[in-house]
Amino acid sequence: MNAKKIDRIASFIIYTIVAAVILLLIAILGYILFNGVPDISWHFLTSSAQSFSAGGGIRDQLFNSLYLLVLTIIVSLPIGLGAGIYLSEYASDNWFTDLIRTSVEVLSSLPSVVVSLFGYLLFVIKLKLGFSILSGAIALTFFNLPLLTRNIEESLHNVPNLQREAGMSLGLSNWKTTTKIILPAALPGILTGLILSAGRIFGEAAALIYTAGQSAPTVDYSNWNIFSTNSFLNPMRPAETLAVHIWKVNTESVTPDANLISSASSAVLIIVILLFNLGARFLGNKLYKKITATK
Amino acid sequence: MDKIQKKLQTKSKATFQDYFGKGICYLCIGLIILLVTCILYFIASKGLATFTKDKVNVFDFLTKTNWNPGALDNKGRPDIGALPMIVTSFSVTLLAALIATPFAIGVAIFMSEFSSKNGSKILQPVIELLVGIPSVVYGFIGLSVIVPFIRRIFGGTGFGIFSGTLVLFVMILPTITSLSVDSLKSVPMYYRQASLALGATRWQTIYKVVLRAAIPGLLTAIIFGIARAFGEALAVQMVIGNAALMPKNLISPASTLTSKLTTDIGNTVMGTLPNNALWSLALILLLMSLILNLIVKFIGKRGRF
Amino acid sequence: MNEYNLNESYITDIKEKLALSTQNVQVYYGKSQAIFDANLNFPRYKITALIGASGSGKSTFLRCLNRMNDKIATVDGEISYRGVNINSPSTNVYEVRKHIGMVFQRPNPFAKSISENITFALKNAGMKKKQDLEERLEQSLKGAALWDEVKDDLDKSALALSGGQQQRLCIARSIAMHPDILLLDEPASALDPISTSKIEETLKNLSKDYSIIIVTHNLQQASRISDYTAFLHLGHVIEYNSTVNIFTNPQMQATEDYVSGNFG
Repeated sequence: MNAKKIDRIASFIIYTIVAAVILLLIAILGYILFNGVPDISWHFLTSSAQSFSAGGGIRDQLFNSLYLLVLTIIVSLPIGLGAGIYLSEYASDNWFTDLIRTSVEVLSSLPSVVVSLFGYLLFVIKLKLGFSILSGAIALTFFNLPLLTRNIEESLHNVPNLQREAGMSLGLSNWKTTTKIILPAALPGILTGLILSAGRIFGEAAALIYTAGQSAPTVDYSNWNIFSTNSFLNPMRPAETLAVHIWKVNTESVTPDANLISSASSAVLIIVILLFNLGARFLGNKLYKKITATK
Repeated sequence: MDKIQKKLQTKSKATFQDYFGKGICYLCIGLIILLVTCILYFIASKGLATFTKDKVNVFDFLTKTNWNPGALDNKGRPDIGALPMIVTSFSVTLLAALIATPFAIGVAIFMSEFSSKNGSKILQPVIELLVGIPSVVYGFIGLSVIVPFIRRIFGGTGFGIFSGTLVLFVMILPTITSLSVDSLKSVPMYYRQASLALGATRWQTIYKVVLRAAIPGLLTAIIFGIARAFGEALAVQMVIGNAALMPKNLISPASTLTSKLTTDIGNTVMGTLPNNALWSLALILLLMSLILNLIVKFIGKRGRF
Repeated sequence: MNEYNLNESYITDIKEKLALSTQNVQVYYGKSQAIFDANLNFPRYKITALIGASGSGKSTFLRCLNRMNDKIATVDGEISYRGVNINSPSTNVYEVRKHIGMVFQRPNPFAKSISENITFALKNAGMKKKQDLEERLEQSLKGAALWDEVKDDLDKSALALSGGQQQRLCIARSIAMHPDILLLDEPASALDPISTSKIEETLKNLSKDYSIIIVTHNLQQASRISDYTAFLHLGHVIEYNSTVNIFTNPQMQATEDYVSGNFG
């Protein structure tokens, strides 16, 4: 066999692999959407789940997922910003920076069950928060922080150094330069990363099973008092999210229409994540164009 | 001393802004370091309790094949052998990595060597979407498509290592692919030009020059894939069958470290031996992720251009 | 390259009032030394040019003058401004930079509107009144000869301006702070000839109110606009004299070779 022939065979194999992977994604998305979307109805989205009979919906789970997402971002974004700013703007090449980077790496490589168990041990048991949205949000923060930190660091790092010098040369403090000049310029990248990580949080279940819990108590959506036990905003109540619901229905539940619920919920989950993905691209691009004044 | 001279020599608002900003950053950094230390400490102390408090022999724990933490064996010792879970975890992980690697590298070669723009434009979102699909959805597909499929072809229940492997394969494929693309793209262009100028075909260039040069990066990519597979819990738990038995073949129900943890931690009482034994499994997971981390660092140090 | 004795130098005595002076300034990047023993006096309300081949250390030296090298290099020696050694660690660098502004080689406007580019630092420094800010905006844009071109587009993004306009905006941004001294690091090197001549004209006008120190690799530019010129070579100040003397009657062989183009 000559080299040319091998070249052609190799190309053929690579094209086949690429086609296979694309088909795989189409099959997965197709399976979820074709099976799930017909079962998504207004009733499904707006009624509460049933444990023993068919016809339950996912209203509470959907709300819990969103609420948990918002809380997680509120907790993790400031910490991620602080750490990202430190790494990009202040950190010098020394053992301390090495320690930080190693910590972030270790945190990002921890399996989410381990993170979940730690959250369970510390927050649910030791600090007696119980299975609660708050415990869940903190566990998700652990899971989200390394990604967020790295994304923010990278986005800040990509802002040209000339911008820092411009701020400095006007007598601005490093902090003002960073927060008022560098941060706004890095916003498109940070926002894109934030939305993508929101998608991950939305679909995460393992970190929540033993922190936010596996039950969705009935809540009152008209009670805005966050300290009231039946308020939908109460962060101390247990909250099963959509992703956890899918897992639960498939493994432990006795609901007769488990398959329908899972496929419809999976479809909802995928659609939301697709929206996050598209939204991240769209917003990131738009903001980038606005900031750089290109049309 | 005039006003300006004085201003030049005293601290101003800007100085305090900087103190403030640095303070905030240190606080955040401190929080992260504290958090990691806490995780390591808590998991380690809990996981070691099985051996220190309950006097289980470490060697027995790692090599015995019976997992029955509630009971004692015929010599009156706790019956805790984690080997089935360890073997299963390693089997699904390595098999998944073995299948995923050629696919991932194939796609990566396509994206970095074949088509500079259009190919990446289509494949980049494909990879990102595959990463974005939540693990419960993968688990659900595994449960409703792969498990019945295997049941029909090979018989049995369909649950087991084979199903777990297939699910994990899809899950780690995008991880390995995107990191491989990065490592192939970081091979300097002149390597390729030099090789092509010597009359090598495109494939010869890719195989003999680009892939060789990218080996450290590709290894790192595979290890990240392995780390993800090893730590994945729910998707595997949904298709593996969750029987703490030594796997006899690829289609008998088994249990990985992660699946055992997710299934049982809620059913045991904190502080008891069955519970501590589960924390020891978590400790193995933790150690494994630290070891993989170290390997990545080691490769990173040795394999720079 | 010809070998010159780097330890010989000719430094003229400046009889005028001084804006800034340096004593025994040494700069190190790690272990390698970039500036050796620079002793220069910069006169007030004059334009002083720093010339020299690339690698001569002229930009490095300039950046020391308002402490822009703080995180990058180690700077020893004394830099006196109004009788204060601004190179001392206890000096408030933010105040230093308010009095000694800087314009860089490549235009670096903020990704904000034209007016915000000017007013941002002013607001930060405590100027609150809208009227004052608008006044300062107009005055500084006029000073940088940009007002007529942008007065109707003040809310547009500064990044939509041409390179030459951006650079003049950066000059306007600096002078809006009403500094004493303006440092310019090859401000026209990335610009076309028309923009360059506009910038030169602007600088000429500004030298009535500001002491200007400019780094340039363009000898014609130095001779056109500056009153004094310092020639640096491999980190040493070789000659410092009035611009006329540097170009017509250089005292050192190296200077003569450099200004006559027989260098290197």
